[in-house]
Amino acid sequence: MTESPMLHVEEATKAFGGILALNRVSFDVNHGDILGIIGPNGSGKTTLVNCITGFVTMTSGKIFFKGREITGKPAHKIADLGVTRTFQIMRPYYSLPAYKNLVIPLFSPRAKRTGGWRGGGKLGDRNTVGIDILEEIGFERDSFVPYKLASSLPTGYLKRLELARCLALKPEIILCDEVFSGLSMSEIASMVPLIERLQMDGITLIMIEHRLRELFRVANRVMVLNFGEKLVEGTPDEVMANPKVKEAYFGSEEVEEVMTYA
Amino acid sequence: MASEERRKERLDRGIKVRSDGIYALLSWRELGYLVLPRLVLIVGLLLLPLVMPGLYWQRVISNVCLYALLALSFDFLAHYVGLVSLGGALFIGTGAYIAALLNKHLGLSIILTIPIASVSGAAICTLLLLPCLPLRGVYFAIVSLMYPLAAMRIIEALNIFGGTDGIMGVDSFPYSWVEQYFVIVMVILFLFGLRRLVNMDIGLVFRGVKDNDQAVRASGMSITYYKAVAVFIASTIGCLAGACLTHIYMFSGISLFALDFSILPIAATVIGGGGTLAGPDIGCFILVPISELLREFGTLRIAFYAIILMAFIVFKSEGLMVYGQRKYHQFERWVKI
Repeated sequence: MTESPMLHVEEATKAFGGILALNRVSFDVNHGDILGIIGPNGSGKTTLVNCITGFVTMTSGKIFFKGREITGKPAHKIADLGVTRTFQIMRPYYSLPAYKNLVIPLFSPRAKRTGGWRGGGKLGDRNTVGIDILEEIGFERDSFVPYKLASSLPTGYLKRLELARCLALKPEIILCDEVFSGLSMSEIASMVPLIERLQMDGITLIMIEHRLRELFRVANRVMVLNFGEKLVEGTPDEVMANPKVKEAYFGSEEVEEVMTYA
Repeated sequence: MASEERRKERLDRGIKVRSDGIYALLSWRELGYLVLPRLVLIVGLLLLPLVMPGLYWQRVISNVCLYALLALSFDFLAHYVGLVSLGGALFIGTGAYIAALLNKHLGLSIILTIPIASVSGAAICTLLLLPCLPLRGVYFAIVSLMYPLAAMRIIEALNIFGGTDGIMGVDSFPYSWVEQYFVIVMVILFLFGLRRLVNMDIGLVFRGVKDNDQAVRASGMSITYYKAVAVFIASTIGCLAGACLTHIYMFSGISLFALDFSILPIAATVIGGGGTLAGPDIGCFILVPISELLREFGTLRIAFYAIILMAFIVFKSEGLMVYGQRKYHQFERWVKI
């Protein structure tokens, strides 16, 4: 092993008062992987994302990004390294038009560094670059959609806008907190190729999902959390065959459905 | 029933100087349409000292402009950065004391004291407010209100900077017209400067901090840094007003930390319309002269004042400027349903 994993999480533990939201969770993510994290509600998935991205300080445990420790760094420093996240509850800048939403991440030190560009010049100003990114992520360029206020956009576009905000930083890892939730089947169907393209672009993805069928189409590894503990990790097939997972999801129709599907 | 079958339709005129980097003005008429309100404001401000009868009212103009600067800084912080600051008196007091001390003890001339007091005062205010910057909304308001009160008591208790007597005999502006035009030009400069700033890319970051600070953090930017930059800009404006004040009244004392300087800009913002930057200035041009006119009623003027404010909050809570902008930029017509 010469290359250290993209992300290495070692015994991540987070206690909220007496409740252990995360209990010694360890895992690795390699470059170009799509790791799916699943688990019942309240199993600590979002807390894990918050801990990795520095939005919540861990009680104990260590996190390494490309062999470099990032434990305890402030959130903006971690994002600056290229570990970006989307929010489960979308957090756009509601009072700004969609393309202006991207001007803000494009103004960040990382975007200035990775873009090799400081606004203006051949690529155009931040507005132009913002619209380019929006087009890439599925906003129709010549329509009025990129120019609409974020407050008037439907959920599907807001989810894309969350991803676009990450892309503006030229990220190495994107932690997607339920990008498929709240979307219709057809919207999800159009998001899946997008995720696949991000992977082809060399971006490592960690996806928290409840939509198991779509997740298993894209993820090459899956980790199951339950009550803050890691149950199993493996390929989608292995995970679904595991009796512990069946127990955690006992009675959940979706699993039955996916099991028969797999 | 005929009256119920129609409704008012509002349409944007949609005249802009620029859209997507292309200059979009099509005619002199459109140019005039956009320039007119700005020109009225600028020319009106510049003419004010000439049309004012007597020294007393000219002094009132200077006063109005100082409050207008404070209101600008309040509006910028509250509506573009999301920090509701009641620290107007802190900015005024810090700027005033620094200018007075530089002038009295180091003998610096007024050309030097005002810029030095603005920038160093802003640095001090920013450092003082730095620990409170993680706070938001009303919590920041409460803490920022504490600062001027504490400063007043500290100066009183330690008997520093002249104690309760203050610092007398500060140099005045050489001529009264210099004084008036200086503050008027400053109001115009900062008004249009801030309007430009909030629409620049860094201004969008400020607005992002107000709208959604977690998303700014997730974009790899420190919110505390940008809040500090914004507080520095706002307190520069406030300290400038303070420095001018001390030279206008040739005096600096603990009365400059009075709550008026924190409260009046907010009242002016309510009347003028928050988030417009020009609105709070207009609010100052209404409120400050009214309070001068009502001076003969003594303390009863507070009651008049309260009635005016209440009437605005109840009947025109959007503020004059927002209302005016809407009427100017849209046309209305009745359409049949």
